Amino acid sequence: MSRPYGATSASDRAPADRAGLTDPATIVFSEAQLAEVRRLQSLYPEPRGALLPVLHMAQETFGHISLDVEDYVATLFGLSPAHVHEVVTFYTLYFREQPGRHIVAVCHNLSCHMAGAPKLIAHLKQKLGVDPGETTEDGRVTFLTVECLCACEAAPMAQVDDRYELNLTPEKIDRLLGELR
Amino acid sequence: MAEIVLMRNFSNTDSHTLGAYRAAGGYAAWDKARTMEPGAITEEVKKANLRGLGGAGFPTGAKWSFIPKNHTGPVYLVVNADEGEPGTFKDRYLLERDPHALIEGMLIAARAIRSTKGFVYIRGEYVEPWRRFSAAVKEAYDAGLLGQGFDVVVHRGAGAYICGEETGLLSSLEGKKGWPKIKPPFPAIKGAFGQPTIVNNVETLCCVPPIVSRGAEWFAGLGTKTQGGTRMYSVSGRVKKPAVYEASVSITLRQLIEMAGGVSGTGRLKGVVPGGGSAAILTADEIDVTMDVDGLKNVGSMIGSAGVMVMDESVSIPEALMVLARFYAHESCGQCTPCRESTGWIYKMVHRIVEGHGHKDDLDTILDVAKRGAGTTICAFYDGAVGPYVSYIEKFRGEFEALIPHA
Repeated sequence: MSRPYGATSASDRAPADRAGLTDPATIVFSEAQLAEVRRLQSLYPEPRGALLPVLHMAQETFGHISLDVEDYVATLFGLSPAHVHEVVTFYTLYFREQPGRHIVAVCHNLSCHMAGAPKLIAHLKQKLGVDPGETTEDGRVTFLTVECLCACEAAPMAQVDDRYELNLTPEKIDRLLGELR
Repeated sequence: MAEIVLMRNFSNTDSHTLGAYRAAGGYAAWDKARTMEPGAITEEVKKANLRGLGGAGFPTGAKWSFIPKNHTGPVYLVVNADEGEPGTFKDRYLLERDPHALIEGMLIAARAIRSTKGFVYIRGEYVEPWRRFSAAVKEAYDAGLLGQGFDVVVHRGAGAYICGEETGLLSSLEGKKGWPKIKPPFPAIKGAFGQPTIVNNVETLCCVPPIVSRGAEWFAGLGTKTQGGTRMYSVSGRVKKPAVYEASVSITLRQLIEMAGGVSGTGRLKGVVPGGGSAAILTADEIDVTMDVDGLKNVGSMIGSAGVMVMDESVSIPEALMVLARFYAHESCGQCTPCRESTGWIYKMVHRIVEGHGHKDDLDTILDVAKRGAGTTICAFYDGAVGPYVSYIEKFRGEFEALIPHA
């Protein structure tokens, strides 16, 4: 199962390629990844254009974007850590703390709301024992409510890791949860 | 039966592949366009009355003609595939089912504006559309369609509605938080990385190959006097057959709801959002309006991204506004004070009204704050929030008052 959101063009790397999660000394890309960083930087008129893609890569590799990861990415761009921090905290898909092994993000915007998203969210709260924004104690699932994912024709819906799961019912959600390890 | 232009290839399960696209006549428009003078392409698009389909409805040919003629440096073409307007899902279909139509549209547009580099900004949540589109770009490179004077970079966003605003998108593309920029200068003069840039929506560019192949007059004739073509309507909410529908821009909202199987739930219509979450709501008496840019402007709403959300009589309008107000509070980028502060406070007030704790003056306070802030911010985000705040309350005031103790 691939990491949510973090898929990049280097998304097929083996798990062995993952560096440590918390120790700053281990926050370093492999040579192949550094080559990919340079390739991405060369695609833009200014290397900084590659900041979002490289942050996606960093999240995929290190699990989340800690302050240490921000510092490391800043050095790859010659940017201030403050700039990278500002960017990381602006966007919703960068996790600043380690999320669960799976992300279940339920849309709660208007069409999903009309189609029963509140019931679905209540069901998930009860089933997972956590509120939106929290991770189950076993680290299996991070449960989020999110704004329109633009699949309103199949409301209510959710994004489970990188997949859109459509026309959800509590029963269907239970089945999906059962498949997450 | 209206002509199907944009969704012509959707029924073919291989429509996303180069082989299928070519077999259906794809890239013939590019073959024609490459023999045309750049200015002639722009003139054709102008005559076709193509207007931007991402939200603003600006005439596409006119936008292209704003690139300074004497500019000698790079010119960029940026595709806005940061679809995020509540109730809209058309670009997702185009990216997944007809990615080569977009690439062909980009090739033609790039020739018109003399650009050698294009960026496609796809919202970060769109993983499958990104994979499909990236695969199509690779096919186009392998076939020599790209890389021969025009390069395409596929760029993934990271979750922020505001990056669908064109200058916010450019900030994000430049490796910054997605704060919109003050206009002027407009992107056509000073855009991505400080260079002249045209930002077009996915669907807009997908209209370009058919215009070149079949001619501006044909395309203009599909629509109204001031807007040519068909477009893709995302229809959701309380209809029997929620889906994306292609129809002329001259279709009425009533006809479109019928196309989607009619109203579900109680079967009785209460209100409709005609153009994405940021459009003013229309009541059941206001749906004989045509779905072109000017038609909806004339009734005080907007076609926006053509995301149609239908509400039957059982839907609570205050609750619907609370959901949208939460969205605006969450997505305000925080740059301009009126937007940052008002979206947060208005959400809190609508929320307490829905919870039964509203104060007597709340509705007037919301209307006052909303109207005062309109037009005072850098981008159109806040105006897009004011549309629902004001229209939901003014058109359904009784429903709000019924929830407020001692109102």
